Amino acid sequence: MLKLHLDRLFRIAERRKLFAPIRRAGVVDFGLWEPGADVDLETLTSRSAKGLFFPQSEDLMVFQMRGKAIEVEPAAVPDDMFVLFGVRACDARSFAILDRVFLEGPVDTWYQARRSAGTVVALGCPGPLAESCFCPVFGIDLAEPEGDARAWVLDGELYLKAMTEKGEALLKELDGEEVDDNALDAAKADARAKMAQNPLADLDLTGLDGDHMMEMFNAPEWKALSKACLGCGACTYVCPTCQCYDIRDFDTGSGIQRFRCWDSCMFSDFTLMAHGNPRRTQLERFRQRFMHKLSYFPANNDGIYACVGCGRCVGKCPMHVNIAKVIRALGGKHI
Amino acid sequence: MQTVAERVIARAKELFFSGEVRRVLGWERGEFQHERIPALYETAEQLEKLVYDEYCGPNLSKELIALSKLEGRTLAILKPCDARSLNLLLREYRVDREKVYILGAGCTGMRGRDGLLLKCETCRGKDFPVFDEAIDDEECRKVPDGDRFADVCRIEQMSGDERFLFFRSELSKCIRCNACRNICPACSCNQCVFDNPDSGVSSKASADPFEDSQFHIVRAFHVAGRCTDCGECSRACPQGIPLHLLNRKIIKDIGELYGGYEAGGRSPLIDYRASDGEA
Repeated sequence: MLKLHLDRLFRIAERRKLFAPIRRAGVVDFGLWEPGADVDLETLTSRSAKGLFFPQSEDLMVFQMRGKAIEVEPAAVPDDMFVLFGVRACDARSFAILDRVFLEGPVDTWYQARRSAGTVVALGCPGPLAESCFCPVFGIDLAEPEGDARAWVLDGELYLKAMTEKGEALLKELDGEEVDDNALDAAKADARAKMAQNPLADLDLTGLDGDHMMEMFNAPEWKALSKACLGCGACTYVCPTCQCYDIRDFDTGSGIQRFRCWDSCMFSDFTLMAHGNPRRTQLERFRQRFMHKLSYFPANNDGIYACVGCGRCVGKCPMHVNIAKVIRALGGKHI
Repeated sequence: MQTVAERVIARAKELFFSGEVRRVLGWERGEFQHERIPALYETAEQLEKLVYDEYCGPNLSKELIALSKLEGRTLAILKPCDARSLNLLLREYRVDREKVYILGAGCTGMRGRDGLLLKCETCRGKDFPVFDEAIDDEECRKVPDGDRFADVCRIEQMSGDERFLFFRSELSKCIRCNACRNICPACSCNQCVFDNPDSGVSSKASADPFEDSQFHIVRAFHVAGRCTDCGECSRACPQGIPLHLLNRKIIKDIGELYGGYEAGGRSPLIDYRASDGEA
């Protein structure tokens, strides 16, 4: 394990793009590090880090009219090498979930390119960053995040451990002192103990899985749970695992720019077809989001849930309806 | 002596059990101490969960557009600011007054996770512009002396470049989740132009960063003269954008140009007289 002063990490930016949690206009989000950036390692970012690999909006191709001919030009595949620093254990796990969606046939060219170009340096939490954190419910250890390298910050010092070849390559670029791996054991145990006391750490997923799909789908509780839902996309857009997108054409006047952008199953025009939205009420749309995370995804992915317990939706929903309430209402049933 | 909150809950139950109203729109407890969720109560058993206290921030008035289309009357517990929003919806014929029983509930300022809500720091006042009955006391009638235009004045003092930078940095945080629009009582179109695939401006994502600004500016102008300054847009924003500042600037300008007004009452931008100079 390598120990160095935190400031030295930012020298990476001289060679590669470095993204880190940066406070701007009062909000902490992942952003491009530049000298003078207000890096904030105490706060859970407002949005997840998924946008680094799956941007909110990106061009796919352009159809250009040249006389009577139409030329099709695919968008350039991104190949800029970058380092993503400060991802927490929850977001780090979300990449494994997104990988199942985008990398297991058919492979998504753009997502794959960004995953190849990016080195993830995940940062262990000193304890829950918010009262809404509940990553242990999904078997995530906040002290040992997944990534190309693991990082911890203790007393202003940065500790780094390579987990993959990419991680090893990155650590070779940094000068630091070799220290024993167990130097952080006490801090990690303390972090886990604090997390175990967090209010949502006791959420019970019993009865919520791919095997109880119809019981969950038909549960009478959805009506009351969804009643206050505004149908906005706040939960979806801050979520590290929501991965639905729409593909749209933009008329440039002399051609078509085809792009994709994040979509939300909470929206009335989600999967809109000639006959309308297949989910006509907000109850159905609300149910879809949680069924996807807690039943459909595990049913198709070896029991893995598509939620990592980051708690962003819990903190962000203007009406305070969220996955924690859903799990409280529907979980813990020993059917 | 019963508190205002206890009296509000007791009265709502009384009206429900007497058959005066068919259902009650109020709040229920959420997962955390500071969370209160809008809830519709239709049975005596459900009604046991009705809560009214210092955490009932969400504005319930917009719900009444749908609820007033149901059979029977709906009792809605409205704070003074919520009642101002309903007053606008009544004036625009979006809510059927006969189908709503308005139980005005005195409010000493609502709180959230981080303490007093931003919208309550500059409370608009404790009068109910529309109600069937109101329950409050002396404590509820005290209005905090925050000046709601103070921030607007501060921004007006900026140079053009500073102001542009300020709004660019705030609005660039927008993720187009539509929470501000969906929660806004003045945004009551059946289908928003930004959701209409045939409108040519529908977009779930922005082609360039300016589109987010455009969305908010268009929305601010659409609710100009109609916004009651309930503050829900800024409360709902997951990115902490002070959206209410756009609305307040317009409210301030209209007030200075045409005289003070209250959306839902006489409103200069939607008032028409044959004697108008432009008529």
